[in-house]
Amino acid sequence: MSLRTPLGRQLGLGSAHEGVHHWILQRATAVALVLLTIWFVLSIVRLPLADHAAITAWIAHGVNPVLLILLLVAAAWHSKLGVQVVIEDYVHGKHAKIALLLVSSFIHVLIAATAVLAVLRIAMRSVG
Amino acid sequence: MSTFRLPPNSRVRRDGKVYKAASDARKVRTFRIYRFDPDSGENPRLDTYEVDMGACGPMVLDALIKIKNEVDSTLTFRRSCREGICGSCAMNIDGLNTLACTKACDDIKGDVAIYPLPHMPVVKDLVPDLTQFYAQYAAVKPWLQTRTPAPPDRERLQSKAEQEKIDRPSACILCACCSTSCPSYWWNSDRYLGPAALLSAYRWIVDSRDEATGERLDELEDPFRLYRCHTIMNCTEACPKDLNPAKTIAEIKKLLAERQH
Repeated sequence: MSLRTPLGRQLGLGSAHEGVHHWILQRATAVALVLLTIWFVLSIVRLPLADHAAITAWIAHGVNPVLLILLLVAAAWHSKLGVQVVIEDYVHGKHAKIALLLVSSFIHVLIAATAVLAVLRIAMRSVG
Repeated sequence: MSTFRLPPNSRVRRDGKVYKAASDARKVRTFRIYRFDPDSGENPRLDTYEVDMGACGPMVLDALIKIKNEVDSTLTFRRSCREGICGSCAMNIDGLNTLACTKACDDIKGDVAIYPLPHMPVVKDLVPDLTQFYAQYAAVKPWLQTRTPAPPDRERLQSKAEQEKIDRPSACILCACCSTSCPSYWWNSDRYLGPAALLSAYRWIVDSRDEATGERLDELEDPFRLYRCHTIMNCTEACPKDLNPAKTIAEIKKLLAERQH
């Protein structure tokens, strides 16, 4: 039972003076994802999906690896921002929240790094 | 974690008392009303009241007053103006937060379910504890802040167009229907200010006479105070004054983005 005033409680630790960058990034990555996903879907429907060689050739072809990497990074980034909000919404334990935010960040970076490496390997292999 | 179930001592019992209408009642309507008496030590329960609408006014508040006057004087609720301007009789009627005084019984199908505003501590029956809600309103400093002294011979002037910007948000009656309808407010009201307080903040941010716009935006720029709004829109859906708190929150976010670039 705290005897702090309701206003004192509500003002808490004060404003973080932060949040607008998160908000802008979430929207910027969303716009990027719309454009990149349209490109990706339009490209992929024309490919013979059962043919491994044809797919890897497409990944390595021209500007495709660059756009594919951008798509994967934008998706991971957008997801990282979104999952962060979900954790902040629902997880209220101080330690559990920090731990989950860390785990989520690590997993998203790991997924993005792995995906980028995979695309680079395919692209470089055909160059070499 | 967020709790998605009421604590054991707050769970609502369905086996409440039943008050039958008189045998000569012409048009019987059933009201199922949340009852909680902190002095009894018992769980909340739903009581059932049959009301003769032939001898009752058209609004839900008319029925509540009739029940309190003629059937069960222990039924507790707030009310004052009975015309939608004081905001006292805000409650959850038929699943939607609204004012009992402006909600017509005929607009509800079947039995009329009445609960206090959701996710608030209950003082008694339909009376929620709004202490924190009022603290959130106070937190946005809902008064004019200036550095330029007022002209000695007249009021601070504003144009008609400038006045029109604050007309709508000024019409908020602080009934709390919007904030208590917002899931984000349910989970994080200790840090999220909620739609009502943010609507008030916006009212002063766009007031042409106010000179603390920047400071007001500074204070709102916070992952919890402002950005817990996920544009769920329950606030706008619930507002009994047809205001649009969701839009004003979006406008605040746009202003914060605007000053970045």
